[in-house]
Amino acid sequence: MNESSPILNISIFGVFVLITLFVVIRASRNTKTAADYLAAGRAFTGPQNGIAIAGDYLSAASFLGIAGAIAINGYDGFLYSIGFLVAWLIALLLVAELLRNTGKYTMGDVLSFRMRQRPVRAAAATSTMAVSFFYLLAQMAGAGGLVALLLGITGSGGQALVIAVVGALMIAYVLIGGMKGTTWVQIIKAVLLIAGAGIMTVWVLGKYGFNLSTLLGAAVDNAPKAGEKLLGPGLAYGKNGTTKLDFLSLALALVLGTAGLPHILMRFYTVPTAKEARRSVVWAIWLIGIFYLFTLVLGYGAGALVGPDKINGAPGKANSAAPLLALELGGPILLGLIAAVAFATILAVVAGLTITASASFAHDIYANIIKKGQAEDKDSEVKVARITAVVIGLVSIGGGIVANGQNIAFLVALAFAVAASANLPTILYSLFWKRFNTSGALWSIYGGLAVTITLIVLSPAVSGQPTSMFKNSDFALFPLSNPGIVSIPVAFLLGYIGTILSREKADPIKQAEMEVRSLTGAGAEKAIAH
Amino acid sequence: MSTVEHTPSESAPDAQTWVDVQASDDFAQLKHRLRKFVFPVSGLFLAWYLLYVLLADYAHGFMSTKVFGNINVGLIFGLLQFVSTFVITTLYVRHANKNLDPLAEKLRGEIEGDGK
Repeated sequence: MNESSPILNISIFGVFVLITLFVVIRASRNTKTAADYLAAGRAFTGPQNGIAIAGDYLSAASFLGIAGAIAINGYDGFLYSIGFLVAWLIALLLVAELLRNTGKYTMGDVLSFRMRQRPVRAAAATSTMAVSFFYLLAQMAGAGGLVALLLGITGSGGQALVIAVVGALMIAYVLIGGMKGTTWVQIIKAVLLIAGAGIMTVWVLGKYGFNLSTLLGAAVDNAPKAGEKLLGPGLAYGKNGTTKLDFLSLALALVLGTAGLPHILMRFYTVPTAKEARRSVVWAIWLIGIFYLFTLVLGYGAGALVGPDKINGAPGKANSAAPLLALELGGPILLGLIAAVAFATILAVVAGLTITASASFAHDIYANIIKKGQAEDKDSEVKVARITAVVIGLVSIGGGIVANGQNIAFLVALAFAVAASANLPTILYSLFWKRFNTSGALWSIYGGLAVTITLIVLSPAVSGQPTSMFKNSDFALFPLSNPGIVSIPVAFLLGYIGTILSREKADPIKQAEMEVRSLTGAGAEKAIAH
Repeated sequence: MSTVEHTPSESAPDAQTWVDVQASDDFAQLKHRLRKFVFPVSGLFLAWYLLYVLLADYAHGFMSTKVFGNINVGLIFGLLQFVSTFVITTLYVRHANKNLDPLAEKLRGEIEGDGK
């Protein structure tokens, strides 16, 4: 039996870091203005941006989490990936192009376009930071678990050190490379991740004569406890009425959350036109879809070749399914490669989140609220963004160390629930509902945010269960771990009520400008030629 | 009401231009073509996704019915979600390239051309 070799894993990861740092430094040479730093000069092509979006979206939770969930829970793990994929149609049909045409750097640009600037920008920045922070925390916490598995570091001190190193690297990428450098890191990582998963998929299928049915049969044979149940739904969520409702709630947040994730929305500003934004979503959909088909094979393959008992017994539990499968197939070298890709995934996603949160602070809060849109020079916006990136980086290192060992899937689900509740209703209303006004926007953002976070705090994920954050107290008044089924409709309703209750009329001229610009692309931000 | 910079690239079209264009037949046509596609299709794929989720959540027996070998209804439905996503993506791109882009381009030219 092959053994994992921490030194080999670290070396391969080191090579990745060196290559990407080199690329980031090269890419940063032309970074001068705010549009360079925050939107990569809007000069990426649709396909490049599409690959980068896939890189941003396929987080460690997607790769390790879904493959592991399929290996252990079979079909129920597969359900995750379907929600994550179908969600992209909302981005494609309703959001991407219109957002590209009306905004500049942030989600706040679009939400505040025809509203009173300061309150709406403050609200948009608040929810951007909230989503980014939960998502960041999930990635950083995930880094700790991954380290335990791949490098054999099990002490909490050692893991904290690795989280700090990951955080420091990420700060370096964002400071040096800005959006352009970060985008290149996403592209490299996405190519490695999808290629690696593709090779493993063909390898696994080859072992079973390229017959999916045979592979599924082998997975069933190797799972004495689950048996045939592995192939149908219900293993994870089918226990009782509450878990079924919880799953429905999760499914809603997954499909409606993606188009409200600020770090995904910001990527649409890195291309020159709405048409390129459309092309980038198309590329992203194909890449993400194909990747999730790979994870289906990898998950069942890990079940068949490694077995659920061995996976559950490994340090990272379900998250170790894909790495253990790599070890089984290609020995320590393939494991090292996959481990490096998994690390790179965390690093790249964390960098993308950091630049999004810092852009929102610099552009929405500093430039438009504090300086009232009259910042003396555009350089100060970049400077503020850089300082914010360092602060966010340090906070997420601290948060990651504290959150190490927390349930990653729960943190990611939280980010999706906030995005689906606070952001998506506000985005859709401001793009498609003429009457929508400032008060409606504030109600849906703050209302959605408040309801989501309140329900989470009162959920069994936080208290009352052996798996909760606070095991020893019980204030779980809300039975579901996923708040979406309540918070999403409530947020839509609040946006509607806030609008009709307010005596303020929507500004018809701004509404005309926004609608014409969003559909025609007239007056949209242009690419910068260097 | 503050009107913070929207950085018009060169010569900014004035308020009247936006209102005029919004009231024009061409724009009404563009808006109609976009909404006529995206609203029904969004409704459709969300309904299909919801149906799938509800089946997976509440109809375990049906979804576990084997069709051939170890391939069951649930797996086929799940893969069909992938297929429908890819198909809708392709159809939308075709619709946008053929019916939306030329009209949007024409309007954009009119607005930006001479600031009419």
